Amino acid sequence: MIRVQEHDFDPGAELEMLTADNHAIGGVCSFIGLVRDFAPKEQGGEDVSAMTLEHYPGMTEKQLEAIEKEAQERWPLDATLIIHRFGRLEAGDRIVFVAAASAHREAAFEACHFLIDWLKTKAPFWKKESAASGDQWVEAKEADDAATARWNKD
Amino acid sequence: MKVLYFAWLKEKTGVGAEDIALPDGVSDVAGLVDWLKGRGDGYADAFSDTAVVRVAVNQEHVDVDHALSEGDEVAFFPPVTGG
Repeated sequence: MIRVQEHDFDPGAELEMLTADNHAIGGVCSFIGLVRDFAPKEQGGEDVSAMTLEHYPGMTEKQLEAIEKEAQERWPLDATLIIHRFGRLEAGDRIVFVAAASAHREAAFEACHFLIDWLKTKAPFWKKESAASGDQWVEAKEADDAATARWNKD
Repeated sequence: MKVLYFAWLKEKTGVGAEDIALPDGVSDVAGLVDWLKGRGDGYADAFSDTAVVRVAVNQEHVDVDHALSEGDEVAFFPPVTGG
């Protein structure tokens, strides 16, 4: 299941719902992404006040569904969940939640890792950081492309 | 044809979405980009470095040689930074 929403989510409740009544599931692996203070005062920077996540309604859902389907085709999964927030978020807020449930842990770990790596380079979201000095768009990292590339099949 | 702009492309063009008739002689994304650049300083600025512009047609990631037809939804945006 995928959800794109402005409001927060409760990871514990989401995990309970994901596995409820399915006793074939032997393990669940999840990942939560948080808004990181990109220039903390302790490191000589200025505290980030917030970030705003823009997305492409319609394409976002379509891409997340495609990413989820790809994971389900590659691993024997009983359940998967992707939640991604948009709008204004403060440092420490949850941005994204990814979970994969399977009979055995290997598939759950790998699928969870795959889902977040692919999401980061394919789902149409853009972060704009706000600091006292002004706002700026976050630039994509080559490391994210490399992380996605390692899941490519020959 | 519907053309959408996101993140700094929206800021530079000053437009989030617009309806454009497929211009004469334009057959693919690269041709559309060249045509858009001639529409004003904001567009020229937005598309000055196409290495940092990504494109989707009908909500699927595509390359600049992707063919266009009337009725397509074309979106321009920077490399994604979600997650």
